[in-house]
Amino acid sequence: MTHETLASYANVSLYSAMVVLTLSMLGYAVYLAGLLPARDAAVESADAQDRELVAAGGGTVSSDASSDGAASPTPTDSEVPLRARKAGGVAQTLAILGTLLLFASAALRGASVERWPLGNMFEFGVASALFTMVVFVVWGLRRDLRWLGIFVVAPVLVLLGLANTVWYTEAAELMPSLKSIWLVIHVTVATISVGLFAVGFVVALLYLAKDRFGESRGVLRAVPDSRTLERLAYSLHIIAFPLWTFTLIAGAIWARQAWGSYWNWDPKEVWTFIIWVVYAAYMHARVTRGWRRQSATWIAVAGFACIIVNYSIVNMYFVGMHSYSGL
Amino acid sequence: MSLSTQPADPRRDEGIAQPKLGTLGLLRFAWRQLTSMRTALFLLLLLAVAALPGSIFPQRSIDAVRTTDWIARHESAGPILDRLGFFEVYASPWFAAIYLLLLVSLVGCVLPRSKVHWRAMRSQPPRAPKRLERLAAHESVTLDGSPDAVLADVRAALTSRRFRTHSHDDSTVSAEKGYLKETGNLFFHLALIGVILGMAWGHLMGWKGDVIIPVGQTFANTAARFDTLSPGPLVDTANFEPFAMKLTRFDAVFETDVKGQGQFGSPRDFTAYVDFTKEPGAKVEKKVIRVNGPLETGGGTAFLLGNGYAPRLTVKDADGKVTYSEVTPFLAQDNLYTSVGAVKVAGAGPVGKQLGFAGLFLPTAVLDEQGPRSVFPDALEPALALSAFEGTLFPGGRPQSVYSLDTAEMTQLKNKEGTDLLRIWLTPGQTYTLPGGQGSITFDGVERFAGISIRSDPGKEVTLVSALVALLGLLLSLTIRRRRVFVRVAPADDEGRTVVSIGGLAKDDDEGMGEQLEDILTRLKERRT
Repeated sequence: MTHETLASYANVSLYSAMVVLTLSMLGYAVYLAGLLPARDAAVESADAQDRELVAAGGGTVSSDASSDGAASPTPTDSEVPLRARKAGGVAQTLAILGTLLLFASAALRGASVERWPLGNMFEFGVASALFTMVVFVVWGLRRDLRWLGIFVVAPVLVLLGLANTVWYTEAAELMPSLKSIWLVIHVTVATISVGLFAVGFVVALLYLAKDRFGESRGVLRAVPDSRTLERLAYSLHIIAFPLWTFTLIAGAIWARQAWGSYWNWDPKEVWTFIIWVVYAAYMHARVTRGWRRQSATWIAVAGFACIIVNYSIVNMYFVGMHSYSGL
Repeated sequence: MSLSTQPADPRRDEGIAQPKLGTLGLLRFAWRQLTSMRTALFLLLLLAVAALPGSIFPQRSIDAVRTTDWIARHESAGPILDRLGFFEVYASPWFAAIYLLLLVSLVGCVLPRSKVHWRAMRSQPPRAPKRLERLAAHESVTLDGSPDAVLADVRAALTSRRFRTHSHDDSTVSAEKGYLKETGNLFFHLALIGVILGMAWGHLMGWKGDVIIPVGQTFANTAARFDTLSPGPLVDTANFEPFAMKLTRFDAVFETDVKGQGQFGSPRDFTAYVDFTKEPGAKVEKKVIRVNGPLETGGGTAFLLGNGYAPRLTVKDADGKVTYSEVTPFLAQDNLYTSVGAVKVAGAGPVGKQLGFAGLFLPTAVLDEQGPRSVFPDALEPALALSAFEGTLFPGGRPQSVYSLDTAEMTQLKNKEGTDLLRIWLTPGQTYTLPGGQGSITFDGVERFAGISIRSDPGKEVTLVSALVALLGLLLSLTIRRRRVFVRVAPADDEGRTVVSIGGLAKDDDEGMGEQLEDILTRLKERRT
């Protein structure tokens, strides 16, 4: 197969992924819509139970258990309407399919140019979308994340749309300074951690929204209680943070090989460092007495804002040695 | 600071009740403030903010020309920002103040914590609390066997789960594990100090020098031979390693395929072939320097950071005597290698009658209504576009760039008719005879040059190892859980059975504590059957 054919297959694969992910997003939306009444019912029955117990002088119910019950009345699967459950299942399958298609697209693109497909902004965009989906799908195999689906798939689609329109670059060979095994190591790990940070960011936002607007407001009723959300966000960040640290170290090793010095205060380096410092501050804030979890989580949100700036503005407008956007 | 798994030090509160602090007290107060988590957190956020301007404004150390240009274009803001250090952010006092305070705060926090942790590691887990059922995770089972026998198995079960155990009395076991969490955390923070020390050492003892070597020429590693040299404050520039390298060939490959926006003419591969001699008289080794493939020279590392063209030029006087014959590097200004350079013929005549040429080298030249320009970076149709000057080349002996003429005391030559300024257009092999018996200039051919940067950073290994230790410490501190488990046994009401109460105490949120207790109980039951 010629390189051009492979490149066009890569694009077909990418478009298919976008169609599949759009359907997946719709499925998640239907699931959430079905989950809401079920959750309300669960809350009501939990309240009713509480009242009965109280009426019967049930001092045995510890305060802990009842507040937990009210905050997170997880309806068992059988209480969710069949149609919603079906939609959720289909959405989950489509999310996996979409992820595989994204993977195929990146692999075909790599094959068409005979190099690692992380050489320009379009390819970064696709890879970030891919790894965000991988994080979500793999995590989803371990716990029920159907409530999170729409909040992850929708931004991923936006990212893919941007990559396809604004950042699209024809498949091409790389400039000499990018031809290194460190491209594979440094950029891949960076993109994986961005995927983790992205999912962590979504969960963090849900936590902050839930904390701000109350546990049982609107669509927020369908997501877990704020305590759980906060913990989930943190656990994603503590996986991503060491990976980001590694990205920083690997980048420094590569910089020394390619540019002669491991640290050059290049804008991209500076932003990678800023992101690292901001997330480090998040981890510190979370264990600092006198700092509320909400404030700490805001720092994590700021961290992801920095990632977005690093990905877009720094790539496209700041003059530096990392100017490989391909635009 | 940070992620501490140590219990808060109760002594921190002492002294608060004292009505008068005194000087010493005030210092202690300041020290406590500085080393507190809140301050560390504030400094961290401040560091992130302070690093920002360096990515927005051009930095003098990275691109001096662009910096000067920026200041000139912003007449009012430029000089003010310059005075505030915005063009030298990472060397500015305020940036240094932040990271030094952070460093002090880090040391002031980590050292006492190390001491506390050292003691904790050598001491036994604390006595079990009176009422285990008050702990967040707790359970109680009744097993066959005497309390003593059960307790022995409890200890074994805990040990098999890597708990450190200790009995303060006959009916309890206290156990603890996950000390590595705090160890990792401390190593992470101490290693950050190592990173900074490595950087400082590299700054003091390291050096970098840039040199342009045209094909066929030899570079010997002495301080004087570099075009620019920036040694660290403690570097002895008289004692560089005496290696030499001759550039025998330079290959450049550019994209010729017309595909993709902005890809045509993009660089694809650069390779410098050198004959390397480790020291005078040593055997010649054939070596290759590539982008991403530096050459270790022993006294430093040679990186290929640039390349360009060096036309071979000969200037003769009216009598045909050669006054200049040199391979003259021209510096590339853009991706198409439109290059600028100057020819300074000091021997053309007495001061005031010296000749100078300045202009462009164009690897693939086109001359049209847009003026002379290059349309492709490879040397396919090379040409020189020059202007000629007469006068004093080095007025006042001031230092000047080799790539441009200082025309302050020079006048530009005119064409034969004297109607217009003289414009010389030369392709390889051509000679141009200057009007008015000034001699001639010949473009003999063109060579490529390699821009080699030789750098030595003796601190880089310290920095790298410290960074890796920090990463390892970070992983330990984020993945390991510090857990305490207490077990109490008591004889059950029915003879020969024992009630086992178990409770777990964890730092922070620990969803897995209940599971941990289950696991221990399962192991215990296995041992009892």
